Amino acid sequence: MDLEFQGTTVNFATGGVEIDHSQPPVLMVHGAGMDRTVWSQQTRYLAHHGFSAMAVDLPGHGDSSGELLSTVDEMADWLAGLIRALDLGPVRLVGHSMGCLIALETAARHGDVTERLVLMGAAAAMPVHPDLLGAAKRNEILAPQLMTAWAHGTRAHIAGNPTPGLWMRSGCQALLERAADGVIYNDLFACSSYEAGDIAGQVKCPITVIVGSEDKMTPPKATAQLVAGFSEVELLHLEGIGHMMMLEAPDQIREMMLKALQ
Amino acid sequence: MVEPDYLKFDTLSLHAGQEPDPTTGSRGVPIYQTTSYSFVDTEQAAGLFNLEQPGHIYSRISNPTVAVLEERLAALEGGVGAVCTASGMAAFHLACATIMSAGNHVVASRNIYGGSHNMLNLTMPRFGINTTFVDPRDPDAWRAAITDDTRVLFAETLGNPGIEVLNVPVIAEIAHEHGLPLMLDATFTTPYLMKPIELGADIVMHSVTKFLGGHGIALGGVVVDGGRFDWAASDKFPTLSEPYDGYHGISFAEEYGHQALSMRARAEGLRDFGAAMSPANAFHLLQGVETLPLRMRRHVENTTAVIEFLEENEAVSWVSHPSVSSHPDHELAKELLPKGAGAILSFGITGGREAGRRFIENVQLASHVANVGDAKTLVIHPASTTHQQLSAEDLAAAGVGEDLIRLSVGLEDPEDIINDLARALRASQKG
Repeated sequence: MDLEFQGTTVNFATGGVEIDHSQPPVLMVHGAGMDRTVWSQQTRYLAHHGFSAMAVDLPGHGDSSGELLSTVDEMADWLAGLIRALDLGPVRLVGHSMGCLIALETAARHGDVTERLVLMGAAAAMPVHPDLLGAAKRNEILAPQLMTAWAHGTRAHIAGNPTPGLWMRSGCQALLERAADGVIYNDLFACSSYEAGDIAGQVKCPITVIVGSEDKMTPPKATAQLVAGFSEVELLHLEGIGHMMMLEAPDQIREMMLKALQ
Repeated sequence: MVEPDYLKFDTLSLHAGQEPDPTTGSRGVPIYQTTSYSFVDTEQAAGLFNLEQPGHIYSRISNPTVAVLEERLAALEGGVGAVCTASGMAAFHLACATIMSAGNHVVASRNIYGGSHNMLNLTMPRFGINTTFVDPRDPDAWRAAITDDTRVLFAETLGNPGIEVLNVPVIAEIAHEHGLPLMLDATFTTPYLMKPIELGADIVMHSVTKFLGGHGIALGGVVVDGGRFDWAASDKFPTLSEPYDGYHGISFAEEYGHQALSMRARAEGLRDFGAAMSPANAFHLLQGVETLPLRMRRHVENTTAVIEFLEENEAVSWVSHPSVSSHPDHELAKELLPKGAGAILSFGITGGREAGRRFIENVQLASHVANVGDAKTLVIHPASTTHQQLSAEDLAAAGVGEDLIRLSVGLEDPEDIINDLARALRASQKG
């Protein structure tokens, strides 16, 4: 579904149904270099379970047009503007990886548009390996390869995709390869430059954080440091799962999301 | 510089797609010989039917044993997903039917398997899909044949039976310049010898019956989705980019993006056409895939030995294989197929059709069958078998002469293969 916003086209996946303003809105935000399809195992399910589900492509990502936004703050301001422009009211904001930073910053800077946060693969700081950042800057295929290698738990590198016939590793790599030149570097640089500051003091809504025990990109220790600052937070664990938890453990994530979002 | 710690090809051949069975601990892939799957409750059933959540409904659409093979073949090809079918021809049809409709057009290599040629040339036109056949070595011919109605470019990685090497990067670039996908039949190369997706192909299909299975006991096909083609970039592929009433208005490109082809091919193609692979066949084919790298290395070694023998034999007028320096694609093969150009070759027998017939009837170790890619050495005379439906003009265009013998070199001791061929060649000249 395409919508016009600030002179650009913003693309969403909505689970194949129209946005229903009578249902509580859930807005899902993808991570660095990715797009709406990382939520493909959740969007359609939520859309048929009492929510108005929207997985958005950030500007310059997926099928959204527009210039890339170079900082997490800019991305958060853009997202808040979008929520207001669509008159969605306070939304349940779901983020993955860089999407977590955007969700947190949106809640901190624009508390009126966020009702609850659900974060997956979250940390207060997201340093990026210099080799990865360098490869991304040069638009080398090594960048998607390294991100794919580090983003999955051991099991996902062998098997375990519950969707018959899909191969998770190439799915992730192909998604990242489809990003236009400069997109991955832009996002990774935004993540590595982000400073959370007193984010815990600024976010007022309840938060659910889901962490995978084999997450190498936002390791459980980093997630724990983030969570420690918040008072109203629920931390859920997934054993044997890596950073791409929505695709590695879609059934468990759907169940956790449904509970948290209700 | 750090490197991605991906599991390597030989490891994926053995493991990809399978974990020990969670219930029994079975290390081998169990054969789930079932038609259907019990639903937890009505809500879960509704969710499965509506593509809200993944899982198995009915074995025509998916099956746990088949799914292991699908995931493994996708892993070996570097694709985002795979859909297995009852045969290689079923895979070809499934791919075509998923992306095309009446009024569309195909540009295809003229040097392809006779069955594929028949489907494009005779059968698909009845459903409004027409094909222009071109010389696979001529990039300008590919370009010139593309029309506004064209939806896919199709070829084989190694042509049939002339073993033409397709310049995959060049033809892929032509396809992409026109906003079209390149679909390749990679049966002769397998992902061990070439990974077409890495070279620019968008859809890869196989007759899994051949080298992937290797043992010649089970039919199967597969469509592998490369996941790099943007189906929503134009209005040429509405089956993937437009809402589909078959699943309450879902747009496969919008929901699944780079995996749209895999999802639609299964959700519609297997559901409606029903050319599903049986779980027993998937099990048999998996046993073959486990040893694919070992077998392909031996196939290539044996082929090299057989070619050296044939080139010195007086009853052989020519040998065609990309590893032979006189082959037009010899240099290209060195570039695109550094591990070897496969185990299928053709040669001309002195004495033409009659000598060919005597040769075929005098081999004892090699088998006279309409198949290739078996562990056993196979021979055939295409003009009278695989290509016999083609007209004389089409035969000539496909490079099939009356003297042509096609040989699929097996895994026997190379000395025994050579002795058998030598005996039959001697007999062929005693007319």
